[in-house]
Amino acid sequence: MSTAVKPETEQTFEANVLKSDKPALVDFWASWCGPCRQLAPTIDAVAAELESEVSVFKVNVDENPNLARTYKIQSIPALILFKDGAELRRATGNISKQQVVDFIQKG
Amino acid sequence: MSIRKKVTILGSGSAGLTAAIYAARANLEPMVIQGLQAGGQLTITSDVENFPGFPQGILGPELMESMHKQAERFGTQFVYDNAESVDLSSRPFKIKTSSDEIITDVLIIGTGASAKLLGLESETKLMGHGVSACATCDGFFFRDREVFVVGGGDTALEEATFLTRFASKVTVVHRRDSFRASAIMVKRAKENEKVHFILDSVVEEIDDVAAGEVTGLKIRNLKTNEITEHKADGVFIAIGHQPTTELFKGQLELTENGYIKTNGVKTSVKGVFAAGDVQDEVYKQAITAAGTGCMAALEAQWLLEAEEEEVREQKAL
Ligand SMILES: Cc1cc2nc3c(=O)[nH]c(=O)nc-3n(C[C@H](O)[C@H](O)[C@H](O)COP(=O)(O)OP(=O)(O)OC[C@H]3O[C@@H](n4cnc5c(N)ncnc54)[C@H](O)[C@@H]3O)c2cc1C
Repeated sequence: MSTAVKPETEQTFEANVLKSDKPALVDFWASWCGPCRQLAPTIDAVAAELESEVSVFKVNVDENPNLARTYKIQSIPALILFKDGAELRRATGNISKQQVVDFIQKG
Repeated sequence: MSIRKKVTILGSGSAGLTAAIYAARANLEPMVIQGLQAGGQLTITSDVENFPGFPQGILGPELMESMHKQAERFGTQFVYDNAESVDLSSRPFKIKTSSDEIITDVLIIGTGASAKLLGLESETKLMGHGVSACATCDGFFFRDREVFVVGGGDTALEEATFLTRFASKVTVVHRRDSFRASAIMVKRAKENEKVHFILDSVVEEIDDVAAGEVTGLKIRNLKTNEITEHKADGVFIAIGHQPTTELFKGQLELTENGYIKTNGVKTSVKGVFAAGDVQDEVYKQAITAAGTGCMAALEAQWLLEAEEEEVREQKAL
């Protein structure tokens, strides 16, 4: 995991993600999920590249089942982009680096 | 960047990685363009029980990681990207990824297959919101819920059995009254108390698009044409796979069903070989993909050797 990507938990989600002054990208994942592992290096790369533009977090759904439930996650990997505490958009499944960048910048 | 290669392999499933192991050991320094699903279809399954050499079975992702390491050990170069276009009109062939152009004497195609969908609008709209094509990825989110599996092959019945780890009830909807799946899979599913069957039937509609979640299914019996409604929290689509051949349309001969047409592993273009599910309408197994991957690498090696020999002879004249 690159240093630009921070693991996130139920306890700190509000402070770090919902109250983030930058848009926040959250990657919901689990260790048993093959496509999540395939997406991970892409997320690392994008986080490093767009560090000034967006904060990037990872939520392990095994360790944070309440967050998965709150955001009605039914498929992983799931990316949700938050802005000013609200969900702006989401994407599921393994996508390419360009698609992640577009997801953040254009939707 | 432009990269010059003798052998380039598209895909990193069993076919692509086995081809890489053979080509690398023949000192051909192959490049593998992995595609977005590094490791291929087996990375979305759990236990693989029929790959020889693993008497206790092995996890799909683990098997693919081992194949990757084995190919790497002999000097395979890996790129984590999709091929976006290929030009097979003359040799050397050209392949474009998002950042590079690869120019290669020989191309081995192992782009495999991906899940077929039902083709309903509600299915597309609810994908990721209760509709899934991957039980091992998404089953976890259906703890104590009622889910449906659509299909009657090995994958469908394996997914149904797998989903009983989480779901309270799993109903298999299949359009015939007999199964394509292997006897052991059928037996296992039938013996599981949580698995139920609705046969001779198809899914007409998935509800509820307006609510943005799966709440139920409309199922039509093909014999009586009667439509029944069922409460559902999730639907897993497992009606088979289609070959990934979009890139090659108009450049390689394909079969009626869209697979790459092969003679052994030779395609209609000299220097292009195809291996695994992308050219196999019949067996579609990890071991057969590995087998044809091996064949493709050996054919590639022999072709390159014969061509080098020709050049030498011409120089000698
Ligand atoms: C849920 C499930 C369970 C299964 N269980 C078993 C089992 O127990 N035993 C068994 O033998 N078989 C099993 N199979 C079948 C087995 O997975 C396949 O037969 C095998 O993976 C085929 O290998 P392949 O290399 O031909 O293709 P795939 O595994 O399909 O790999 C295709 C590769 O091509 C890449 N690719 C696609 N498009 C591009 C592109 N444009 N550019 C570059 N790369 C690209 C992908 O990223 C991927 O790496 C299962 C399949 C599924 C879905």
